[in-house]
Amino acid sequence: MDDPVYAPAVELVHVSKTKPVLLGDSVTQLQVIVDVSFSVPKGEILALVGPSGSGKSTLLRMMNRLEDPSSGQISLFGTDISSLDVRELRRRVGMVFQTPALIAGTVADNVSYGPRLRGEDCDPGECLDLVQLERDLLHRPATALSVGQQQRMCIARALANRPEVLLLDEPTSALDRTAANTVLDLVCRLNREMGLTVIMVTHLMEHARAVGTRTMLLVRGAKVEEGPANAFFASPATEVGRRFLQGELSNER
Amino acid sequence: MNASAYIHISLIDLLIALLFVGVTALISYWQHLGLERDIAIGTVRAFVQLLTVGFVLQRLFDASRWYWVVLALAIMTTVAGYNAVRRQAGAKQGLFAMTTASIATGGAITLILVIGVVLRVRPWYQPQYVIPIAGMVIGNSMNGAALVVNRFHSELTLRRSEIEASLALGAPAREAAAGALRESLRAAMMPTVNSMMTVGLVQLPGMMTGQIISGASPLDAVRYQVVVMLMIAAATAVTAMTAAFGALRVFFTPAQQLSPRLELGRHWDAYTAEAKR
Repeated sequence: MDDPVYAPAVELVHVSKTKPVLLGDSVTQLQVIVDVSFSVPKGEILALVGPSGSGKSTLLRMMNRLEDPSSGQISLFGTDISSLDVRELRRRVGMVFQTPALIAGTVADNVSYGPRLRGEDCDPGECLDLVQLERDLLHRPATALSVGQQQRMCIARALANRPEVLLLDEPTSALDRTAANTVLDLVCRLNREMGLTVIMVTHLMEHARAVGTRTMLLVRGAKVEEGPANAFFASPATEVGRRFLQGELSNER
Repeated sequence: MNASAYIHISLIDLLIALLFVGVTALISYWQHLGLERDIAIGTVRAFVQLLTVGFVLQRLFDASRWYWVVLALAIMTTVAGYNAVRRQAGAKQGLFAMTTASIATGGAITLILVIGVVLRVRPWYQPQYVIPIAGMVIGNSMNGAALVVNRFHSELTLRRSEIEASLALGAPAREAAAGALRESLRAAMMPTVNSMMTVGLVQLPGMMTGQIISGASPLDAVRYQVVVMLMIAAATAVTAMTAAFGALRVFFTPAQQLSPRLELGRHWDAYTAEAKR
């Protein structure tokens, strides 16, 4: 398993997370992730689906250590991520959020942010090419872009770090249909052409179906089922999976 | 300075001054402000606190021992550190030690320079100089530390998504929070800078007023005031800077993550107390 050639890009082993959550006026310890294990081979797109509040985002945020698990282990190409330098880990595992989070300045400032931190050179124009944004946008303030363009800029910004894995946290939910489809196509193309491993959280089944080669269903913090996307959407293996696809599990905790 | 030149206030004079409280209370009653109780408590507290301090200071001045002076400075710093945290809206845990240390740092550096280099007080611990000057330095440092902590907390809450995006790109906390740090430092230093702009035009500073009443020439008092203003600016800047780096440690984890205390707000204290048990 330690051989980086054969080790999966991302692997979770018995990962659980309990965190303090504010309910009303008191703090309660809530187990938001319950003993989750799975692995994502290099070059795959995993769609992480589940009702809102099921822990999908928390799971994703633990993969680049914006949060840490309470127990269990997460590995990147066979190496425990807690043993890696956290900044290098985050360079290798890029992340794009639900709403485009802009860093002050121009599009170029945003795109070259990561490499500049490490004193490396970066051609922001090249990164914009990857996400099919016009190079004329480079010197515009990031706030002048449409939300769809901003989200693509955020992907370009993550790509400037030359990541091995890309985490997408509901990347389309702030976008209209056209912009969302552009982003989904883009993700598929990056995966196909660059061999980028992608893990995408979404609550929209059509989006999961559009990109995912594999699908994993998370309900109340626990893994319910996982498998090839085709099989999952055609006939889920579990009763919970079937009810979820019929929309009976929406928005429960 | 001519010590006998100014008018002493007798106890009877003090009682006459209570008439002012009567006016204040009357306005509150008349306008239904509901402040009569607070005015009464405030008056009694002001009397008791100031008389106690006057008594303690008198003993301190009479004894004139370096260790009593140092003890007084330590108490002033600790109370200031506590007060700087008391005004913080969110969780307070871990902040008290930090603000106290920042105030001590900013205070010590400026106090040593003023006492040792500018005024050249001999012996250095003469309470007549050390205590009032330290009072001004520590008081202003306290406000600086409080402003940094408060502003940093609200900036982090406000800029959360931008900060997490930077962290996710591999930025260290200090870089991801650079904007928030800058705003906090500005907020802490603005009052001092503003008061340097308007000093003498709008109001005469308390110390200068005191010196003039007790018989010092205005020109002499003004020199003291200039030293004091510059000293306060430096103390505030050093304290704010130290507090900002302290706040960075409190609000971010060693793994460059935003601390969960931001989400839990004031509930964080109860939560950590619970977790320890």
